[in-house]
Amino acid sequence: MTGVRGRLAPYLMILPSGLWLAAFFLVPMVLMVSLSLQTGNLIDGFRQTLHWQNYTDGLSTYGDKFVRSLWYGLVATVACIVIAYPAAYWIAFRGGRSKSTYLFLLLLPYFVSFILRTVSWKLVLTDNGPILGPLRDHGILPDGFHVLDTGVAVVSGLTYNFLPFMVLPIYVALERIDPRVVEAAYDLYASRLQAFLRVILPLSLPGVFAGVIMTFVPVSSDYVNAEVLGGPQNTMIGNIIQTEYFNNSAYPTASALSFALMAILLVGIFAYARTLGTQDVLEAARR
Amino acid sequence: MTETQPAPARDDPGRAVPAIELAGVEKAYHAYGETVAAVRGVDLAIAQGEFFSLLGPSGCGKTTTMRVVAGFEEPTAGRVHLHGQDVTGVPPNRRDVNMVFQSYALFPHMNVFENVAFGLRRRGVPKAEIAKRAGEMLDIVDLAGRERRRPAELSGGQQQRVALARALVNRPRALLLDEPLGALDLKLRQAMQVELKRIQREVGITFVYVTHDQGEALTMSDRIAVMNDGLIEQLGTPREIYEHPATRFVAGFIGTSNLLGGEVAEAGGGSAVLLHGPDGRIEVPVRDGVRVAAGERLELTVRPEKIGIGLDKPGDDVCGVRGTVTEVVYLGTSTNYNITTSAGADVVVFLQNATSADDIAVRGDDVWLSWDPRHSYAIGAPQ
Repeated sequence: MTGVRGRLAPYLMILPSGLWLAAFFLVPMVLMVSLSLQTGNLIDGFRQTLHWQNYTDGLSTYGDKFVRSLWYGLVATVACIVIAYPAAYWIAFRGGRSKSTYLFLLLLPYFVSFILRTVSWKLVLTDNGPILGPLRDHGILPDGFHVLDTGVAVVSGLTYNFLPFMVLPIYVALERIDPRVVEAAYDLYASRLQAFLRVILPLSLPGVFAGVIMTFVPVSSDYVNAEVLGGPQNTMIGNIIQTEYFNNSAYPTASALSFALMAILLVGIFAYARTLGTQDVLEAARR
Repeated sequence: MTETQPAPARDDPGRAVPAIELAGVEKAYHAYGETVAAVRGVDLAIAQGEFFSLLGPSGCGKTTTMRVVAGFEEPTAGRVHLHGQDVTGVPPNRRDVNMVFQSYALFPHMNVFENVAFGLRRRGVPKAEIAKRAGEMLDIVDLAGRERRRPAELSGGQQQRVALARALVNRPRALLLDEPLGALDLKLRQAMQVELKRIQREVGITFVYVTHDQGEALTMSDRIAVMNDGLIEQLGTPREIYEHPATRFVAGFIGTSNLLGGEVAEAGGGSAVLLHGPDGRIEVPVRDGVRVAAGERLELTVRPEKIGIGLDKPGDDVCGVRGTVTEVVYLGTSTNYNITTSAGADVVVFLQNATSADDIAVRGDDVWLSWDPRHSYAIGAPQ
């Protein structure tokens, strides 16, 4: 009796999540794949015609938006690493007893709604806002200078909004490093920089790796930041999908664009994991 | 393999310069507005090539003392000299000592060879020499052929030897070992004790060994400093420390020791005679520094294996104390007797079972304890 139950137990445990994924992920995915190959319109209805042109048309029409999305994703992800790593490092090694307080303070802004945060960025970056206004009034910035409605505004919004997804995995990786191992490096004649490059950095790379995946994917498919901060000139593929779906009711086109983006991200992440996620990186770091 | 250092003598050119010298070292920590003194004034001179142990219970300041030598802690007061050079304030990466950490602290992302080569690479030793020296060192610690293994793929004993090789390959002026055998099981620990001693002889480097295990310290050390509460209680060879514990703490911490007290009947000529109970008489040599006057009380220690048991009152040339046997425990090679003396002190006696004869006494017997006065060791007035 216990034998049967013992063998069934693992399956029973994944049953709820399995059912959940089947109902709310797998089924819609299949429906969307099907939809992406259909033709028609909202009034006459959509019919399955295996219309692969939805993909080729989408890619040729919005190729520049794909490129921009991936570019923004890349820049924002790198910016996240640059900001998150020192912060995570400081909290992990210098935070002492107050580590969790510092982490909480870092995450506190993210308790506010995503939209509200993005809109408040708009207020910060606006031409007469609290930063640009005084700088221009004092003649530090030229009159025509503005940030809003530029790629810089979108990327900075993306960087800000997805920072915790980079900080947390890096922090966890750094936190796990045995301080005695770092001491051992100093003991074996390593300078501070060498100890960092040879010991701390390689041991924290798994955290950076996880952080990149957790930021790059949502950042590249985001549309809120471009919508609020980017203006009409800096739209990302997410904005196109949103417009096609909700404004134009072009469901097949929107589905095809979504799947194209998903495929591109999957291939990119896979290639990234193959080149950077393996031991080779760690090997290289040890030289 | 022995380092020949030019070693400039600091004060006396005729004397060999100690490998490590601590002068009035103190270390206090500040936490929550409180100051905790971990080390309260340690003076030490460790000779070149010596196997020196810092022995004491946890929290006695032994690890802090070692970390001061390594440079991980800066002393609040006092100076640290390595081979005559004042290194107080010099960071660990510029001190010519290496450390074997309690948890080994191997670099988990590097294989055995890279771990061992780490220090040499940081010092810019040529590649060919690194390969040669690391290879030799891995031979010494019996790990040849495992260069490409990761630490996680090694047993605890092997990791320990990698840690040793990683430090020794740099030919430091002193090797600091922080309870390096603590994580190993008993059998392996005993084997490693012998191994460590062999390696130390082979490389001729000064070893400073931190441990709370008196057996380890007695087995391996040339000299031992017994520490308690941030101070050195006694410094001497294992034999001196065992045979002549200088303080109540050392007597209690090292091995089993009997503590006996009595009123001083006569004192002078480097010895004293104590009265213990109605008919007990103990003679004890008195060192300089132990204050003895007739009529005062004095305490002394005597080791359990130094005491003999008899049914008749011993002669006046030995110490004699009467007591009642309260417990007899047969242990094969020896028998332990617990005896309460006529003055009410509890005494343990270990007798070797040299013959297969019956026990000398059984529970409840009245017996006489006797020992050579040289085995009495005065430690001062009772507390």
